Amino acid sequence: MSDAPATDSTFEGLEEQSIRKALSSSPRPARPSAVSAVLTFGWRGILKIKHVPEQLIDATMTPVLFTLMFTYMYGGAISGSTSEYLTFILPGILMMSVLFTTVYSGVALNTDLTKGVVDRFRSLPIWRPAPLVGAVVGDSVRYLVAGTVVIIVGTILGYRPGGGWDGVLAALALTIVFAFALAWVFTTLGLIMRSPNAVMNTGFMALFPLTFLSNAFVPPETLPSGLEAFVEINPISFVVTANRGLMDGTTQAGDIFVVLATAVILTAVFVPLTSWLYRKK
Amino acid sequence: MTGSHELAIEAEGLVKSFGDTTAVDGVDLTVRKGAVYGMLGPNGAGKTTTIRMLATLLRPDSGTARVLGHDIVTEADAVRGVVSLTGQLASVDEDLTGRENLILIGRLMGLTRSDAKGRADDLLDAFGLAEASGRLVKNYSGGMRRRLDLSASIVVTPELMFLDEPTTGLDPRSRNQVWGIIRALAEEGTTILLCTQYLDEADQLAEGIAVIDHGKVIAEGTPSQLKASVGSGTLHVRLLQPEQRTDAAEILGRELSAVKLESDPASLSAICDDADRGAEAIAELARRGIAIAGFTLGQPSLDEVFLALTGRPAESDESNPEEVEAA
Repeated sequence: MSDAPATDSTFEGLEEQSIRKALSSSPRPARPSAVSAVLTFGWRGILKIKHVPEQLIDATMTPVLFTLMFTYMYGGAISGSTSEYLTFILPGILMMSVLFTTVYSGVALNTDLTKGVVDRFRSLPIWRPAPLVGAVVGDSVRYLVAGTVVIIVGTILGYRPGGGWDGVLAALALTIVFAFALAWVFTTLGLIMRSPNAVMNTGFMALFPLTFLSNAFVPPETLPSGLEAFVEINPISFVVTANRGLMDGTTQAGDIFVVLATAVILTAVFVPLTSWLYRKK
Repeated sequence: MTGSHELAIEAEGLVKSFGDTTAVDGVDLTVRKGAVYGMLGPNGAGKTTTIRMLATLLRPDSGTARVLGHDIVTEADAVRGVVSLTGQLASVDEDLTGRENLILIGRLMGLTRSDAKGRADDLLDAFGLAEASGRLVKNYSGGMRRRLDLSASIVVTPELMFLDEPTTGLDPRSRNQVWGIIRALAEEGTTILLCTQYLDEADQLAEGIAVIDHGKVIAEGTPSQLKASVGSGTLHVRLLQPEQRTDAAEILGRELSAVKLESDPASLSAICDDADRGAEAIAELARRGIAIAGFTLGQPSLDEVFLALTGRPAESDESNPEEVEAA
């Protein structure tokens, strides 16, 4: 009844036998390890950046704008000179630029869920959280780009680290570790919210007060006492303090410990929560 | 691995609700190994939800099912090891190239990097996608996307394949290609559970069909049993001269049965059990000098199946080609 027309030669002709040949008769391979599955999903994330490099614009432009804006607008008013202020705020801008890109992880997950490919991932015999962990691992590329841009722009504007470039790299690494942990808050959000836009708005609504009500841009002593108290306990302040220590060469092990401990707690709470929500979808 | 179970799917009383809506309301399903089995029903009948439960993407609220001998809830991981799913939305990543998609799946199935690449290239060749292998899938046509989707499902040959409306939205040529692929898979021994809205698709491919409506199986059988219960096909004839219709009706009445005069004064129809007798009837009309403008010999549509089984039309908006043609 449904004979294909004779002109249909591109595919129809070789169809049956070539497909039969393509059916693999080799035995089913062993399942990939959790690490291998995570890295494969990380590779997927990096491929997406490779195909649409424009999506890195926000990860590169935002840090440039932040650095220029804060240095030249507030530098004179707050520290008396832009170069002095640069030393004060660059650790904070580094934190802010990197953490802002973590919201993207939640937005990307939310977008992913509307697509059919997630069903295929979820029907594969792999470690269940692998797509999530892999995506965040792939997003670390963004964190790295955002952080590096801040450091380059800062250096161009005249920033010279008191703690040497080792300290700067250590601060970058610490910020990325913290970002990796914080991203899980937004992946959780990405699974709860109904649209990518909602994730974006809620994410920034949470991040803005946390980053600005920290010791990143002004010394907390200058703030009203209630606000000062909040700034002192804000976990973001600890990231900034630790970064400052590393970059200025005045590292306090305690600050770094608090940041790493916060990262561990965030990961321990939000990775299982995200995985659970993902499974239930 | 799975022992010598004869059944690929054994489901009993599967139920799944979303809020107040009961999407699947007690579905029983038995599919033997190696079969192509069709689930036929309109949009929203519960086909996709049933497939998603069997593929371990959804947990049933109640009821049990075993897929290739593994319980879908307690042994979900074992089920995932032997099935593959081609969802209603194409289950491929639009933001990657076709080749990258297949390598990704290969790696996730446990192939080494070089094996995954080799497998991807073999499949792209076999499915006529070699030229498009480096293009992003979002730029693929519907038919190409489906082919990639199907090839992604057989990177490692599954024992059971779920196909959710594999030809919906495809042009007839792409549809034929997809049918060819499904036949080839089935002949090589893969069990296939096929969801479809089209009776002719189930008829072409499936050895057994379950008709689903409102989350329940309302009829089950082979395609011919089903069509017999519906009352076979219909021959529609349009004449050039309406005044010949009485004569034509008389001739068709002799050759076939249940002649019906349509509202269009030049049209009439008759129940027609098989195509040969239909052709004979048309030939007889021509011999008697009745000028024919056109005719169609249709299998019962999904609508007619539903009308026969439930006394009401299917709720999806399937348009009836004969009626459109008469306008």
